[in-house]
Amino acid sequence: MATDAPPPSTEQHKLPSTEEFTAVQQSAEFGELRRSHRNFAFPLTVGFIAWYLLYVLLSNFAGDFMGTKLFGNINVAFVFGIAQFITTFLIAWWYSRHAAAKLDPKAEAIKSRMEGGA
Amino acid sequence: MSPAITLAAGEAGEHRPLIISLFAVFVLATLVITVWAGRQTKDAADFYAGGRQFSAFQNGLAVSGDYMSAASFLGIAGAIALFGYDGFLYSIGFLVAWLVALLLVAEPLRNSGRYTMGDVLAYRMRQRPVRTAAGTSTIVVSIFYLLAQMAGAGVLVSLLLGITSDAGKIGIVALVGLLMIVYVSIGGMKGTTWVQMVKAVLLISGTILITFLVLLKFDFNISDLLGKAAENSGKGTAFLEPGLQYGATGTSKLDFISLGIALVLGTAGLPHILIRFYTVPNAKAARKSVNWAIGIIGGFYLMTIALGFGAAALIKPDEIIASNPSGNTAAPLLALHLGGVDSTWGAILLATISAVAFATILAVVAGLTLASSSSFAHDIYANVIRKGKASGKEEVRAARWATVFIGIVSIGLGALARDLNVAGLVALAFAVAASANLPTILYSLFWKRFTTQGALWSIYGGLIVATGLVLFSPVVSGDPKAMFPDVDFAYFPLKNPGIISIPFGFLMGFLGTVLSKEEPDAGKYAELEVRSLTGTGAH
Repeated sequence: MATDAPPPSTEQHKLPSTEEFTAVQQSAEFGELRRSHRNFAFPLTVGFIAWYLLYVLLSNFAGDFMGTKLFGNINVAFVFGIAQFITTFLIAWWYSRHAAAKLDPKAEAIKSRMEGGA
Repeated sequence: MSPAITLAAGEAGEHRPLIISLFAVFVLATLVITVWAGRQTKDAADFYAGGRQFSAFQNGLAVSGDYMSAASFLGIAGAIALFGYDGFLYSIGFLVAWLVALLLVAEPLRNSGRYTMGDVLAYRMRQRPVRTAAGTSTIVVSIFYLLAQMAGAGVLVSLLLGITSDAGKIGIVALVGLLMIVYVSIGGMKGTTWVQMVKAVLLISGTILITFLVLLKFDFNISDLLGKAAENSGKGTAFLEPGLQYGATGTSKLDFISLGIALVLGTAGLPHILIRFYTVPNAKAARKSVNWAIGIIGGFYLMTIALGFGAAALIKPDEIIASNPSGNTAAPLLALHLGGVDSTWGAILLATISAVAFATILAVVAGLTLASSSSFAHDIYANVIRKGKASGKEEVRAARWATVFIGIVSIGLGALARDLNVAGLVALAFAVAASANLPTILYSLFWKRFTTQGALWSIYGGLIVATGLVLFSPVVSGDPKAMFPDVDFAYFPLKNPGIISIPFGFLMGFLGTVLSKEEPDAGKYAELEVRSLTGTGAH
């Protein structure tokens, strides 16, 4: 039981066959690309969501701590909020650097081979 | 009519020709773009994906335009102006959410889909049921979001033109609806993308101007700004701490967590954002456009702090509340006060900021309409009704008709929601997207065993529970600010359903899969997995 309508077909490239896709999926090279993506993206996602939830929970349950004044009218809550902005920018930059260095070359090698160097 | 509204409307009234000309200039410019884009739109890839030839920066700008809705501009500024620090949570959640899109969704989606979110969800599944589900959820999420934008339009118009009669408001909502029908049905994705870019530039410029003026008043001393805001709010230092809006009871604290989760997980499931990634040539450009968007949106949200606290510092809270009970008019009122309430300069600023907000609403509404009509035409009409046998021309024709239909529906719904905080309404759209779409997208891309039944259970499960909980929440009834304040069927105490409905969506996807009698299609998954990571055969 597969699909009852044709899958989206390509306009410019001929799509390799299912056998070719399966062979590539099982290959060590693709395994490495997948690992390289997942080992980076999954823990980092868990990390930034945890960091964000920590912020939400502290806002909720640690009002006194968050209200501590650091300088002038700037309190811990404000700095914590700004820190969320900064970590977001940093993670975006970090992931993009990882992707350009570790993912793109592997992905392009596989793609150009599968598309017959087209 | 309250004194503040009269005041603002009176001020604006004298300069009504100016306001109307600013609106007219924007509308005219965007219509020219639309007609031009319409001429360039020759096939389905042009209509749905703008020909896939936009640059990463252009798309980043357009993504920002699609994302920074009236909710961000009017809603967040209003929430900060009234509740101080608690309003800030929206900005943070809305921004952090982009990392989910960047790390897990944007590139695989660009690599393996064609025009809609449904392309990816249905890739390795039985096409008809999954596409029906994806189309349904796309349309539901988009309509929730549309409602919020329409509420924003109503608010602006009552402030600006002093129109408080229902007939007048319905007239304006109808005008917004009509314009969006024109934008989308003629200009398609190409026209809509250009409209988003123009709007993003206008919104950012307007926000920079107001931020600059606010900071100038306080000699660029943020501590002084916060101090004055706390003092003027009448709430003291509590205004600068979390808890004013959500800290009162255990229920409201839970609501805060629920909202927080919905915000951070919703973005990557918003169909009108996801289809933007099809407008660039490849996955790398999709990644870069997300990066641009994170930079632009992050900068914008940082400025909303100045907008919100600036309004709190410079305007009496009573005046903000009198003008709109949820604070939605705080930003335009701030512009008026910065220029001087009785001066021409004040009126000009008010008109400018209101025109920007109006442009924002129009553009976002166009993006949402495009997402729903694309999904209707491509997922439901072409793949379910015509079983994949419709030609590109027929699909585009269906999309254009769907645009007209959705336009009319949203005009109809627009009047209902006008007194709710716009940011709060958008948060509901996020909750539905995070419950129905995100689990299905993630399972589809990353879980080998995921099956058609799993996909259907997670989409419908998340969708039904999220919308059901909203229906029985204080947003709809049993609260003075509810849509139907006079009846009470609010059996669910939280305003945001995320904390229940998002885990439920994930759970249903899991259960649907493990209880499924059919085997997953391993060959199709190999195809999807290799395509999504390498871009082999990408459109």
